[in-house]
This record gives sequence, C-alpha cells and structure tokens, in this order.
Amino acid sequence: MAPLIETDIVIIGAGPVGLFAVFELGLYDLECHLIDILDRSGGQCTELYPEKPIYDIPAWPKISGQELTEKLLEQIKPFSPGFHFNRMVTGLEKLDDGRFEVTTDEGEKFRAKVIVVAAGGGSFQPKRPPIPGIEAFEGKGVFYSVRRIEDFRGQDVLIVGGGDSALDWTLNLQPVAASVTLVHRRAEFRAADDSVNKMLALREAGAVNFEIGQITALQGEDGALQGATLKGPEGERDIACTRMLPFFGLTMKLGPIADWGLNLNENLIAVDTEKFETSVPGIFAIGDINWYPGKLKLILSGFHEAALMAQAARKIVNPDKRVVFQYTTSSTSLQKKLGVK
Amino acid sequence: MTKLTIVAHDGVNFDIDAEDGSTVMENAVRNSVPGIEAECGGACACATCHVYIDDAWTEKVGSPQVMEEDMLDFAYDVRPTSRLSCQIKVTPELDGLIVHVPERQA
Repeated sequence: MAPLIETDIVIIGAGPVGLFAVFELGLYDLECHLIDILDRSGGQCTELYPEKPIYDIPAWPKISGQELTEKLLEQIKPFSPGFHFNRMVTGLEKLDDGRFEVTTDEGEKFRAKVIVVAAGGGSFQPKRPPIPGIEAFEGKGVFYSVRRIEDFRGQDVLIVGGGDSALDWTLNLQPVAASVTLVHRRAEFRAADDSVNKMLALREAGAVNFEIGQITALQGEDGALQGATLKGPEGERDIACTRMLPFFGLTMKLGPIADWGLNLNENLIAVDTEKFETSVPGIFAIGDINWYPGKLKLILSGFHEAALMAQAARKIVNPDKRVVFQYTTSSTSLQKKLGVK
Repeated sequence: MTKLTIVAHDGVNFDIDAEDGSTVMENAVRNSVPGIEAECGGACACATCHVYIDDAWTEKVGSPQVMEEDMLDFAYDVRPTSRLSCQIKVTPELDGLIVHVPERQA
C-alpha cells in the first residue's frame, strides 16, 4: 500500500512563497505538507541563483536566495510542516467527502481540504538538448536520468555535458557499459575536480572516451539509437552509441498542473485577487504561477497572496470556527504558536 | 547613449540607442527583438539570451567570465564568439556594437 497522508493543506512547491504560506496558515493552526520536485526547499532561489543578491525584499536591503530560504525555514519551524522532496505531483482528484486527493510520481497519496499551488515557473525538468528529432529516441535510446543501471549494461553509452551529473554517470556507468563516451563542448568542467580527475585517469587508461564538441544529430530507427554526429574542432564525425544521456540542466514546465481543469491564462493559473482562489473552489494559486490583472512576479507579491489565501483557506478547513484577526506583535495566543517566550 | 545593433536571426536589424550601464539583453527585451528569451531575467542562470558577437567586436567585448562560460554549456550551437547578452554591459567604448541572434535558444 502506498502511504496515505491526511492533512489540512497540501502546498505544491516549496519555494519562498510556498514556505511563507506555511507561516500564514500555521497562525490558524492549519497543518501543511509541501511537495517539491527538487531535492530541497527554496525553489528558484536556491536552484537558479543561491548566491545572487535580491534587493526588493522589504526590510532586507540585500539578501541572497539561499539566505532568504534559510530565514523562511527558521520562521516556519514552529509549525513543523511535512516536506516531501524529489517528487512531482501527477494527479489531483476531488473526493466525495469534498476533500482533494493528490498523487505523486512516487505513488504517495495526500488528502486535504485545501490545495495551494505555489509552483513558481512550474516544475523543474531536464532540458531537452536542441538536437533535431531527439523526441523519437526518448525513453528508448535517450534518457535524462538513470533510473536503472541495468538499462545501460553492455551498451555503448554517450554522455553529454560537463557538470556533476555527466561526470558522475561517466564514472558509475563505465564498469557496466560496453563503452562510455563523454562529450562536452570544452575542456573545462563545472563538475567536482575529483570526478574530473577520475574521468581523466580512466581516459588515460583507455577505459572511457572524452571528446570535445557538440552533438548535432542522432541516427537510428524506431527509437533505437545507433549513433550520434559530433561537431568538434576538427569538423563532424559519427560516434556509435546505443544509449545517450544528455545533461543540459533544468528548465521549468507547468507539467501535469495543466491538466487539472483550472482556468489558465498563457500557462499561468487565473485567480481572483481577494482570495487567490482558482476556478476550482478549494484550490488556490499563489506566487509566480498565478495570474490576475496587474500581476507582478515578485516574491513580495507572493507573500501578500499567501496571507490573503490563508484567510480564505481557514474558512474552508474550519467553517464553523470564529476567528478574530490578530497581530503577531501583540497577540499572546499567536506568540504561543510561534514559541515566543 | 550608445549605438547598438542587434541582428535578428531572420536578418532584421534592430538599431537601438542603449543607455550606458544597461545590458545588451535588457535592450533586446525592451525592443522586442525576437529570439532573446532571457528566461531567468538576467541572473546568468539560464542560457536563453545567447548571442554571437560580430567578428569585428569580439576583442572589444571580451570573453565570458567563468560563470557565464559554464552557463554557455546549456546554449545551442555555441561558437567562439558566443556570449550571454545579459552579461554584456553597454559602455561608450562599445558604440556601434553589433551582435547576432542565433537560430534558437536552448
């Protein structure tokens, strides 16, 4: 049996806005679980620009994406949200009891009264290299990650890229593959020095090939890969290969959210500006993923949206509970929740 | 103001009066030059504002820093004249600069 988690709120996306939503919802005793496709929280802030300073967070003249994420995690710690990383939300269904059931690609199910989509630019997915006709080979000869090493046993493997994934898989697949060829457009790598040195030693020993250049075409039939064209400093030539692993970084795609029947506006989820609710009652969208007239894709706008969403969400989860709006500065009950002594 | 010419992939020239200190990418986006996507907004965190510097200008513009060179790994059809336009600041020395937009961004 796949695990079933029952909670008040499921938040899709653990970027800055998803994290702050935990705070606003937590003030009303709402329990949150966050699901993210990345392996840690922070979203674009930690994935795209951890070191880059952000200058428009109120009261922080300058703060890096990494620091902002750490501060938010500290701020929401009293509410102990559940974090579920490395999974993509694939399904969303409305149950007869009025709750929603969310399914992930890892097979877990979550049940909650409210769903908050805080998915930013969408889910991070491997970037497809711009090689004509590559789609036809995907899943048969071309893979963007290694799920089962056995798929590569005895194969002629072509790995393209110069980061840690490319180097790590060159080293890990070398013992099982018939041959491993690493292609990168230059002699410098973004990967850890240790991995690069190990790869160079294997190359010296004749155990792996390393070529400088870019792959411009693929050969094969019916998805069965037979070779690739390498454009290098000395011109073009063909390399025989039956498996290809391109590592060209990540891009953001809306993904399965597009199929949930929510009203969209150019790949963004349309919401109202009172509650930031989507066209489906009980599903909210906050942060960069939503759209309304005048929308600005700013972290600070996402924070505001989270606060207003929380007011609407609490009424859905606890419709009969009378709640008086309070300030964290003066309310002893809120301070108790925050662990202030 | 510095004169900047961005040549779109279909050959259309965009002649722009660029403010010194702005980036080539910002000028491309402001003038709706097709083919400059700038997905990350200028953080040197994607490779979708890739341009080729015109041969006559490569020396003056200079070569990419390490981080930009790393990001160029993700671009399409990278050449020795490749740069990310978000990392090129307009200065009076670059008056008359010509850059070319590639066939596609990655």
